[in-house]
Amino acid sequence: MFYREAGDYKTSYTDDGQTFPIKFDRYRYYFVLFVAFALIPFMLNDYWVNAIFMPFLIYSIAAIGLNILVGYCGQVSLGTGGFMAVGAYACYKFMTGIDIWLGGVQYALPPINIFLSVILAGGVTAIVGVLFGLPSLRIKGFYLAVATLAAQFFLVWLFNKWEWAYNYSASGQINAPERFVFGVPVTGPNTEAWATYLFCLVFVTIVAVLARNLTRGASGRKWMAIRDMDIAAEIIGVNPLKAKLTAFAVSSFFIGIAGALFFSVYLGAVEVGEAFGINKSFLVLFMVIIGGLGSIFGSFAGAAFLVLLPVLLKNVLVGGLGWPTDLAAHLEFLIVGALIIAFLIAEPHGLAQLWRVAKEKLRLWPFPH
Amino acid sequence: MKKTLATMALAATMVAGPVMADLVFPSLSYRTGPYAAGGIPFADGYADYFTMLNERDGGIGGVKTKLLECETGYNTEKGVECYEATKGEGALVYQPLSTGITYQLIPKTTADNIPMHTMGYGRTSAANGSVFTHTFNYPANYWNGASIGVNHLLEINGGDIKGKKVALVFHNSAYGKEPIRTLEELSKKHGFDLNLVPVDHPGQEQKSQWLQIRRDKPDYVIMYGWGVMNQVAIQEAANIRFPMENFIGIWWSGAEHDVLSAGDKANGYKAITFHGVGRDFPVFADIKTHVTDKGLAAGAGDQIGNVLYNRGMYAAMLAAEAAKTAQGIHGTPNIDAGMMRDGMEALEITEEKMVALGMPNFGPSFKVSCMNHGGPGLGGITQWDAASKTWSLISDFGPSDMEVIQPLIDADSAAYAEENKIEAGCK
Repeated sequence: MFYREAGDYKTSYTDDGQTFPIKFDRYRYYFVLFVAFALIPFMLNDYWVNAIFMPFLIYSIAAIGLNILVGYCGQVSLGTGGFMAVGAYACYKFMTGIDIWLGGVQYALPPINIFLSVILAGGVTAIVGVLFGLPSLRIKGFYLAVATLAAQFFLVWLFNKWEWAYNYSASGQINAPERFVFGVPVTGPNTEAWATYLFCLVFVTIVAVLARNLTRGASGRKWMAIRDMDIAAEIIGVNPLKAKLTAFAVSSFFIGIAGALFFSVYLGAVEVGEAFGINKSFLVLFMVIIGGLGSIFGSFAGAAFLVLLPVLLKNVLVGGLGWPTDLAAHLEFLIVGALIIAFLIAEPHGLAQLWRVAKEKLRLWPFPH
Repeated sequence: MKKTLATMALAATMVAGPVMADLVFPSLSYRTGPYAAGGIPFADGYADYFTMLNERDGGIGGVKTKLLECETGYNTEKGVECYEATKGEGALVYQPLSTGITYQLIPKTTADNIPMHTMGYGRTSAANGSVFTHTFNYPANYWNGASIGVNHLLEINGGDIKGKKVALVFHNSAYGKEPIRTLEELSKKHGFDLNLVPVDHPGQEQKSQWLQIRRDKPDYVIMYGWGVMNQVAIQEAANIRFPMENFIGIWWSGAEHDVLSAGDKANGYKAITFHGVGRDFPVFADIKTHVTDKGLAAGAGDQIGNVLYNRGMYAAMLAAEAAKTAQGIHGTPNIDAGMMRDGMEALEITEEKMVALGMPNFGPSFKVSCMNHGGPGLGGITQWDAASKTWSLISDFGPSDMEVIQPLIDADSAAYAEENKIEAGCK
């Protein structure tokens, strides 16, 4: 009744090709944007932003990035943590001013605006991602997973070892100094809840719209052709070199942005082994798998599931029921693990598939025949 | 239904009302994960001391204390969540027991005007209180620890360790890297060779590191380890028959659970400490009568008297004394976090106070000031006796080499001040 193509007349190709061709989808999209931009910022406090919204938004970006590579292009990657680290350290260098020693003379750029730093960090990560994506032209599947695993360990080792990357600080930690957007602090300790939230939300929106349109267009179709059968794709004229490397570049660009925001806005201080270890790679991969491979909505759903559920369980078990914290922490693992298994048995294609099924049902509702 | 909900909410606020007047001490503990073995005794000691104060004295200055425990799992993201969840409840002082979380909380606590006490961990240069206004790391820090270790080597070598080879086995993280600069300076000063051997988190696999040590044959090994890394290192050292009396751990590498698994082979292993070990102090009698006998002990109640339990108790005692000082300064028993900060900055611990608290000779006497948030940096050496399964103090609490450490503190805190545009100065 509400959700259908019929009766939604289009009079131009532009209309027909818009991001959400179905009216219900479009209004839902506007509604979500309205709530996210105009309502939520007024209802936030520090806890909601720092414990719930910020991790959700940032992991959503990372999950969208990985989903492009794994879900759309079919190239398995276990290097997400390492690529996030590249984003974080690149952002740190840009926001504090890059210095280069040439022939004993130090050349230093002035610190770059935080918004541009984050974008540039994504760019640096894209280059690194392409470098580590090169083996994907020769190796596939599990072997590629192992190659990206090597990237993960190499990058973490690099940022632990390379003193220039952390400005020679004694402990190897990087700290985000205070930086402003339009005079409002978005990093550092004196931030307002709404400012950091909006800063991340802007990036999430840009990334999601970009990803949605890329995957609908020619490049997305090429990625999917490579994913479904690379030889057939090559025969119909898809250049695997270009398709795979663009997937790595776009994916790493998004993951780099996620890493930069994760460090500068969310945590404020980061240590590479602890924040960007192999666990992070698995966490983002699980988000993509649970949310649904090859779905932008799935990336959001997966990130929400794995970020919000532990916080919710903790608040119910410790805050609500007053159980000991260690018991609650162990139970949290059990419950989240059991739910993951249950979900994947009930719906192997992830949370996004539930949404797809719901949409199919909506198309027919209320007359299913 | 709505009515019941409203009444419930009202009842909840009425219950919550007087609770807000308590002195709230959050405990960002970790009873799970790879570092739980160290996190549990510390959290138990911290909790039991406050329980004892409530039961024995009715709190601090007549106001009950309330402990808010939040599980971090030594994970910085959960640490942020815990901080945000507890800071609105009137938290007086944070003790995250994690160098990573400390680095995050230094700017946040400063902005929120809540003090943080990082006892023997965290950012060492926070000892400079004119830059780090809300961070305290008395009575000793990592760099003191490194220096005390080297002083011990000097002592057993008659003051000359020129040409000796010293290896530093460290947790490859912010925590483990902290002492490197100090040790490098000290190696220049005393002429010993320093060899760095990093171990990656969590440190369960150290075969290659100890193979390297076996090949290089250092005279002494200093270790900055934490969690499961300690046990593995001591076991590996025993496997290559490294003489245990030449193996010295920092205070985070010197608890019962670190050495027990290596059995007799761990006999003679040494660790640096800044507080007393064992349960030979009158305060434990009070803990028994007022806490364990009443069934109020935190956790399983089986950690009492362990090295890290004592450290948690010591941390709680220092927090309680600072709260008392703050109550004195501001003339009110109901202090807030800002007053607590003043109390910490004016804290003075004397031996008479320690005796009165039932902890004679448990820790050094010291006085905190705005310029010095780090205390005197005294420390001693403990040694493990595998037969009786006890740690014993084998030296007095001696000074560390502030001649080397103070310039490092000044340089690092100046760099932080410049990076964050802080104007250093004491009011």
